[in-house]
Amino acid sequence: MRTILAALAAALLATAAVAEEPEIKLKPGPGLDKVEGNCNACHSLDYIQMNSPFLTPAQWEAEVNKMRGPIGAPITEEDGKAIIEYLKANYGG
Amino acid sequence: MTITRRGVLKAAGAGAALASSGYAIPKALADALNLPAALPDGLRAEAVLDALPGKKPLIKLSYRPPNYETPIALLGSDGITPNDAFFVRYHLSDIPEVDAKTWKLKVGGEGANSTAELDLADLKRMPATEITAVNQCSGNRRGLFAPHVAGVEWGYGAMGCARWRGARLKDVLNKVGLKKEAIEIVLDGADGPIVQKTPDFVKSVPVHKALDENTLIAYEMNGAPLPHFNGFPARIILPGWTGTYWVKHITSINAVTKPFGGFWMKVAYRIPVNKFPTELFTTQTTDVNTPITEMVVNSLITSHVDGAQVKAGSAVMLLGLAWDAGDGIAKVEASSDGGASWKPATLGRDLGRFAFRPFSFTTPPLPAGAHKVSVRAENKKGQKQVTGLILNPAGYHHNVVQTLMLNAA
Repeated sequence: MRTILAALAAALLATAAVAEEPEIKLKPGPGLDKVEGNCNACHSLDYIQMNSPFLTPAQWEAEVNKMRGPIGAPITEEDGKAIIEYLKANYGG
Repeated sequence: MTITRRGVLKAAGAGAALASSGYAIPKALADALNLPAALPDGLRAEAVLDALPGKKPLIKLSYRPPNYETPIALLGSDGITPNDAFFVRYHLSDIPEVDAKTWKLKVGGEGANSTAELDLADLKRMPATEITAVNQCSGNRRGLFAPHVAGVEWGYGAMGCARWRGARLKDVLNKVGLKKEAIEIVLDGADGPIVQKTPDFVKSVPVHKALDENTLIAYEMNGAPLPHFNGFPARIILPGWTGTYWVKHITSINAVTKPFGGFWMKVAYRIPVNKFPTELFTTQTTDVNTPITEMVVNSLITSHVDGAQVKAGSAVMLLGLAWDAGDGIAKVEASSDGGASWKPATLGRDLGRFAFRPFSFTTPPLPAGAHKVSVRAENKKGQKQVTGLILNPAGYHHNVVQTLMLNAA
């Protein structure tokens, strides 16, 4: 029900993420910065680990497109592509 | 949201972490991360035991939003899951701590004759009802799907059974009066998305289900206030239907005259039409799919995990739980010879048709070696667990007969 401004949320999360949640280290690779900079705003990155290593390239692409589409994540098309490539390369099935 | 964690227990070094953080943890909990091999490898690597405030260490699947499942050993072999062990499931990460003093429930909608606003005292002044009912996530056991499907990769513990106390939803709806055109009741809670464009988690239920005498707005769970992570100060209890409709931190209830169109009804939580023997949510059904509704009949061994060691030459007493959508469990059968022969298990105390039904079964003496043990439940309508997984895109309704291996030595 509550919707708050993204900026405010990010500020809150910056505090919350450090204080409350261990840092989740994903595999190093091109695009990781885009994953950390975008996905992590709304959910912890263990969602990615949890959904591996079985999603096909097409399925990872669909997941990112779902986030950018109906889920409303403010991820640029360019970042979206980088995220898809990273997930396919590092967490694909 | 104020959260302090007392410690994070890595799967790999659980013992050492426990010792260093001063936990005295039962062996059953240390065994809790004996995660089924069928779960995705990525989940098996990232899952840890972690304690949310007010909770025992549960199996953490995701930190934010928090998704934590109950270790099988803590589900409650007597049929009641303790509040501090009850699973936690959220879709969105903005989860305010609701102040009971200022909490308000707004009731109305274009399908209602008037509007009303209730505070917690108002709700508690209404006639109270208690019901013991299973709350199971639609995606419980999703992680066991083969092939795997995307989502929260739950094992067996995204469920629990509690004694819920609250006001009947129909009594609250009677305060505003429903128009005859009302077809669904829309339920929204205080939790919400981080970015404004993300669809808020809002659900709808058919009017007849909202008016069912067993549907509650609960403010107590097992005789105590609801834990924050289970919906404080009040949540919807929809016995028989999967947890997705049991909206937590409920703040608004609206009657509508057209099918509710939110993402979490139209896109998510859908199953193919005609694949499962469950009630059809007619106002939401399309040619392709329909919202998940009732739970399917199911059972689980809680006393032993797959690969457990038992004493050769001795009988083994298995304990477990069976449940369905509210027809009630008629029988549970068990096999200790790989399904060649089945014998009736003994049903335990009956806490009502919506509750976990405990069962026990004593095997014949098991000679040294590996033994395949299975249990299967049947409800009073004659519905049985399936022997082969019914595939569906979102990984719902996993009620395949459970088989585990006991190693007698």
